[in-house]
Order: sequence, then structure tokens, then C-alpha cells
Amino acid sequence: MASIRLAVPDTATAGEIVEIKALIRHPMESGHRRGSRGEVIERDIITRFECHYADEQVFAADFHPGIAANPLLTFYVRAAQPGELRFEWTDQNGQNWSETATLNVT
Amino acid sequence: MMRKSQRHLNRRDLLAFGAGSVLIASSPLRSFASQAELEQARRELFGDRPVTEGRVSLTLPPIAENGFSVPLSVEVDSPMTDRDFVKRVAILSPRNPLPLIAQYHFTPQSGRAKVDARIRMSGTQSIQAIAEMSDGSLWSGSQETVVTLAACVVL
Amino acid sequence: MRLGALLASAALIGACSQPAEEHNAIELDPESIVSGSRFLTAETQALQADDFANPGFLWVDRGEALFSEPTENGSACVACHEKGLPGVAATYPAFDTETNSVLNLEGRINQCRVKNQNAPELAYESDPLLSLTAYVAYQSRGALVSVDSSGPSRETYETGRQYFQTRRGQFNLSCQQCHTENWGKRLRGDTLSQGHGNGFPAYRLEWQSMGSLHRRLRDCDTGVRAEPLPYGDPLYIAVELYLAARSNELPLESPAIRR
Repeated sequence: MASIRLAVPDTATAGEIVEIKALIRHPMESGHRRGSRGEVIERDIITRFECHYADEQVFAADFHPGIAANPLLTFYVRAAQPGELRFEWTDQNGQNWSETATLNVT
Repeated sequence: MMRKSQRHLNRRDLLAFGAGSVLIASSPLRSFASQAELEQARRELFGDRPVTEGRVSLTLPPIAENGFSVPLSVEVDSPMTDRDFVKRVAILSPRNPLPLIAQYHFTPQSGRAKVDARIRMSGTQSIQAIAEMSDGSLWSGSQETVVTLAACVVL
Repeated sequence: MRLGALLASAALIGACSQPAEEHNAIELDPESIVSGSRFLTAETQALQADDFANPGFLWVDRGEALFSEPTENGSACVACHEKGLPGVAATYPAFDTETNSVLNLEGRINQCRVKNQNAPELAYESDPLLSLTAYVAYQSRGALVSVDSSGPSRETYETGRQYFQTRRGQFNLSCQQCHTENWGKRLRGDTLSQGHGNGFPAYRLEWQSMGSLHRRLRDCDTGVRAEPLPYGDPLYIAVELYLAARSNELPLESPAIRR
């Protein structure tokens, strides 16, 4: 079960650059660690994050094992028209988690 | 306060404690990347195009108390218009098991080419950020961070 | 080079491995009590104070959802605790007259599940128990620790105090040697804290996850190369009571960030 926390402003004026924060719970197991019996703990990471605004990709990130567990991202979007923001995380096996928020533009 | 034959934690205790912990900490599971591997990763991402230092501000704390989660902030100086914007920023390490930490992809609708994140650092090193602009030019910035080891290393 | 270091450290460890001696009773000066957050870098303190970015809130959120979710054959926590449990965590561990023993928050939640929610106990350190504990502890964030170690709790308190003050492990160190006698001094890259539990359950950077105080105690025991006790062990509950009483008047910080 993934837990997601999003910080998106409720309203923005047209042209305003808004700050967005996105946090997801994930171990981001690097594949470089060993367990208590010496066995290698298999890699298990989120590899891709995308933010779509009114169905267009406005920001994306590729994650590698050097990203800390429970990845937190702060980034920016220029508010244009009222629309839906969709956030999507995909792991190395193609499993994904998404969440949406509405940006009211005045 | 009751005190019977009090013995303070002496220097020898602390030395033994430290030495044992250092032993564990100094047995890496995988060899570290090197500056050469960083260069190799850079070539794979951007080819042999020249990289100019500047326009990229990379902020990391001078000292990180734990390499598992180090705050990183990167911002590229750009108007972020349809004609002139930052396409992507790669974060590279000369010392982590893998040199490429992350890539951030921007569009003019990003408005601002700035990202805050938390990264892993396996030891003291100088992290590098390389930005590719919409005109194809490459710019870079770097920041040195000292990663300290915890008092008690428990695997 | 590596071999040399190995031999040198083996010799040092050997030199220190004398049999445990009777413990010395030393207590913190009540005037000098400070939370572990005081010894963190500014960046880590800022992460703890950020109610959005603090990753401990991922567990608090989950706990909040579980709190109002009925169990399979019983009612939800919220059915009885409509207004939540503000301030309650600050009084735990506490003596329970029914079992005639001291219970910590985890134990109290499990007791409630079996007695009132027709549900099985949750495993110690399991995600749901950690989440519920984090949510209940969060409702006391800022409340001052006020644990009663007198009366029926006294014996447990004394047991915990003795554990804390007794040298153990290959390094032959007691908890108090670091956390009462030498707090504030440097040990490798760290500054030794006073060893309070007021931030737990806490998100430790080293774990890259939320964890209970007992997980922290297990790490401490492992750190001095002593055999760690099982989660929820009565001895650890006794240590938890001693630590809580020792930190009375400190504000609760859960979900805290620790190294």
C-alpha cells in the first residue's frame, strides 16, 4: 500500500508559478545492501515520476538507487488554465501509483 | 545522588567502540564509482559536447550527519520561455555505487527550473549537476559535502 | 592495512572485555535535560519541523486511517475514542491494574484490540501497529512527558534503571556511560544525546523508516555488541518506563526525525 502526500495550492492566478511538493512512501531499496544473513537485498525502486497538467506532461523525474527512501520532490508549475494535475509514480516492474489535485486558476 | 566506585567511560572504551564500528563501515558491499565512471555516465547522457561551468546552483549541506538522506536543491538560471528553457538536469556522483542519481525533465510550463530532493551519498564527495538547455548547450555546478559516520554502526 | 586494523581493534576489544561489574547509580541533572533533537543538524531539525515533508507523517496518516477503520469482527478505535486520544501518549508506559503490569503504548493498543475490538494482537514493529502508535503519539505532540514511576510501577522502574546502568556486551558499556555521563561529547561523527525516548516512534535516517523505541534499544544493545532483547520484552518495557520517567517534562516530538 502506497501512501502519498501532496502539497498543491488551492488557487493561483494565471501565469503564477506554483510550488508543488510530492511525497510517496517507498523503501527505494538500492540493491547494494545485504541482510543480516549476508544475502543481497534485491533492488526495488521507483524509476519514474511524472506530473501532467491538463493532460500535458509539465515535469518528470528519473530515479536511480541514489534517491533516498520515501522520495520527496519539490518542483514548480506555471498556472495557466483551471485544470487537473495528475501525479504518477512507476516502479521498476511497471507498477504505478497516481493521485490527482485540482488547480483553480483565477 | 548515589555514587559507588564510579568508573568513567575511558578513552580505551571509546577507542574500542570506534575501532569496531570503523571495521564494519569500511567493508563496502560494492566498489565505489570513480571520477572516471562519472565522466563515462556524463558521456552516455550528453555525448562529448562541451560543458561550461555556471548557470547551475547546486545546494547541499556542507556536512551531512547521515548519507542515507541528504537534502539537495538544484536551480538553473533560465527564463523558461517556449524559446529558451531548461530541458533536463542530471545529478551525478563520483563516489556512489552508481554515478547517476537522478534526472529531472522540465518544460516551459515548469515555469522555474528548480527541484528539491533527498539523495543518498556513500561518503564525502562533490556532487555534480549538469543542465541541458533548449539550445543544446550544457552547463554545470557542483557542491562538496562531508558525510560523517554515526557513533554506532549497526548493519 | 585492513588486517592491521583488525588485529589492533581485536586487541582493544579484548582489553575491555572484563566481566560486568555492579552498576553505578548516576542520574541526569534535572536542570540539564534536553531532547535528542537538540543534537541534530539544522537540516534534520528543519525536516522534523516540516509537517509536510517529515516522512514520519506517512505513518501518522496511515495510523489515522486505521484508527477509524472497524476491525474485521469489531468496532474501530474511533467508536470509543471519538475525540482521539490527545495527551494520552505522554503518560505511557503506565501501570495497568488488569494485567498487573506496566504497559507501553504498543501493549495498550494490543490490549484494546483483544478486549474491545474482537481482533488479534498486532505484531510488534508491524506496519499497522507502528502506524497506530505513531498516530496516537502524534496526538500528544508538544505535551510534556508525565509518567508515573511510583507506587505499583516502582519495581518495573527499578528493573529498567538497573538495565540502563549495567555494563553489557563485548564493549562492556552501559547505556548510562554514553547517555548520562558523556552526553554532549563527540563520538566519531555524532554528538552523544541523553538517550530520551520522547521522539518515538521516530523516523530514523539510518533505518530510512519509522521505528519503535524498542527497535532503537535493540540497535543500542547491538552497538555495544550485546545480545538484543526481543521486541516487546518486559525488560525493554522496564527500560522504556525508566527512560520516560527520566525525561519527564520534555515535550513529545513524535514523529521525530533522528539520525
